[in-house]
Amino acid sequence: MPSLSTVRRSAPPTTTASPSSSAPPAAEPTRPPAASISATSAASEPAAHSVPLSGGGAVLTVVPRRNRWTWVGVAGVGLLVAMFVNGLVTNPGWDWPTFGRYFATETVVRALGTTIQLTVLGTVAGFALGLVLAAMRLSSNAFLRTVAWAYIWAFRSIPLIVQLLFWFNIAYLYQTISVGVPFGPSFASVETNDLLGALGAAVLGLALHQAAYAAEIIRGGILSVDEGQREAASALGIPRRRQLTRIVLPQAMRSILPNAANEVISLFKGTSIVSVLAIPELFYQVQVIYGRNSRVVPLLLVATVWYIILTTLLSIGQYYVERHFARGSARSLPPTPLQRLRARWAGIATQAARRPEAVGR
Amino acid sequence: MTAAVDLRGVTKSFGAHRVLDDVDLELAEGTVTVVLGPSGSGKSTLLRTINHLEKIDRGQVRVNGTLIGYRRVGDRLHELPERDILRQRSRIGFVFQQFNLFPHLTVLENVVEAPVSAQHRKRSEVEVEARTLLERVGLADKAAAYPRQLSGGQQQRVAIARALALQPDVILFDEPTSALDPELVGEVLAVIKELARDGATLVVVTHEVGFAREVADTVVFLDGGRVVEQGPPEQVIDHPTHERTRAFLDRVL
Ligand SMILES: Nc1ncnc2c1ncn2[C@@H]1O[C@H](COP(=O)(O)OP(=O)(O)OP(=O)(O)O)[C@@H](O)[C@H]1O
Ligand SMILES: [Mg+2]
Repeated sequence: MPSLSTVRRSAPPTTTASPSSSAPPAAEPTRPPAASISATSAASEPAAHSVPLSGGGAVLTVVPRRNRWTWVGVAGVGLLVAMFVNGLVTNPGWDWPTFGRYFATETVVRALGTTIQLTVLGTVAGFALGLVLAAMRLSSNAFLRTVAWAYIWAFRSIPLIVQLLFWFNIAYLYQTISVGVPFGPSFASVETNDLLGALGAAVLGLALHQAAYAAEIIRGGILSVDEGQREAASALGIPRRRQLTRIVLPQAMRSILPNAANEVISLFKGTSIVSVLAIPELFYQVQVIYGRNSRVVPLLLVATVWYIILTTLLSIGQYYVERHFARGSARSLPPTPLQRLRARWAGIATQAARRPEAVGR
Repeated sequence: MTAAVDLRGVTKSFGAHRVLDDVDLELAEGTVTVVLGPSGSGKSTLLRTINHLEKIDRGQVRVNGTLIGYRRVGDRLHELPERDILRQRSRIGFVFQQFNLFPHLTVLENVVEAPVSAQHRKRSEVEVEARTLLERVGLADKAAAYPRQLSGGQQQRVAIARALALQPDVILFDEPTSALDPELVGEVLAVIKELARDGATLVVVTHEVGFAREVADTVVFLDGGRVVEQGPPEQVIDHPTHERTRAFLDRVL
């Protein structure tokens, strides 16, 4: 205990800023603890990060442990970061003026819209189909299980780019698509190329690919929920579908979400593959522009910065969605960064308000 | 009068292991039955066959005269579709050893869920009733808490309120106090005792012989999947006629 908390006796305010890590662990071994406890007075200003504990009628101040090697690491990494930032700013090769000119032009923003559209459609359709596949794989029916397994096996085996090109050329195999009785007469038929343009082929390819991965993620999440939960729901007579949506899935979400977020982010960046279908999404568009003006680096930078911005937004979204599904998982949820910031600000404010009073003493 | 719970020739095997062997039991409405028996004797399995959490190989189970889990055609029993079984279960309360509360739902939501989704009752109505039930188990102030914020004894009392909310014909308890610290056992047994006083039909698997003696109308002693002995507690517990019952009681008392 003495090694964790250093008891400060009427310390002058100047020492509060730097915690003395060189102080010997046991401050006064000869003195009984009670004597040193009582020595802490209200006049000694606690540091912002320290927590006053009341023990034995008096207040003990806790100073968190510090590791010297952490600081060495911080200094080393800090130096590397500084060198990198310096290069970004001073190296003329990055060509920041060109970057600035193209970053928010209409064509780039429109292409970004297409990228987002592909991501959203691919995610929604992919996870919807993935949920069905996961349910099939967990079904008691061997036929459904096998079909789902085969789907996942096939779509995980085929490279996405091959699959996309295949859908793009589907009209080569099937010129028309008909609605009607299987193996019987058809009621209506359309040209495949009218129904499935390049964008349609891209969405289809991304969604089918995504579904195979989503299915495994969802299945893993469902399996992670304690069997007793299903049994209790079943013993209460809760209908089958409701058991899944109300009891099992919300709990499965805790392990589904981190993996699902990974998938969404990799799909978002993976949309750049769609450029092989000549769809004007973000990556295709910057390629077109640097094909014209040959300023490759700043235009790649335009795409990169947009990918980073949107991935950041997705990550923030992920944090709050995960928090939502963590309800009841811990006795109390930790504060959000925003709440922590606000609390710290409030702490600084009250301390500032208290300071003149301490000086006056 | 039809019995609240009626088991005839119930037999159940896991592979070659016969866990229940031709069990006959008839429990009258408003009575408390305590099932005693050594570990592995089939107590949990017996309880689970009553609400068809466990399928049986032979025999029949009736609750208030209704055949559970099967439809009779001639002298064959056909298993019912799952939705019908779920409907039957919503009239049979079950309290688990490990509570099995839904951790992502508040205490109130735990209690309200099944009456609304299984019995299609109005949520607002059920909520009022749920609060009364929580008051009855002494947890009126915990309605908004999550299960993990409660002690084991409190969680088990919520589980009892959750079972009661379905207004069941019979409530089955599978070792409701075995997962609890000794000082929390009393509060849960007190709630069960009060249900018994109010005339509910209860079947309780427990190792609490004192509770059995005080509350049970009938004590059933199970061993090796067979009912070895049954009768009022003063007979089965205090004057057992079978050697195996005596040996078991010597060990637990
Ligand atoms: N799903 C299962 N598959 C195979 N064997 C099982 C299964 N469930 C139970 N058993 C076996 O059936 C027997 C009876 O089990 P049961 O859980 O009913 O005993 P119990 O009397 O409740 O015991 P305890 O007092 O330990 O809870 C045991 O031998 C057990 O191993
Ligand atoms: Mg058991």
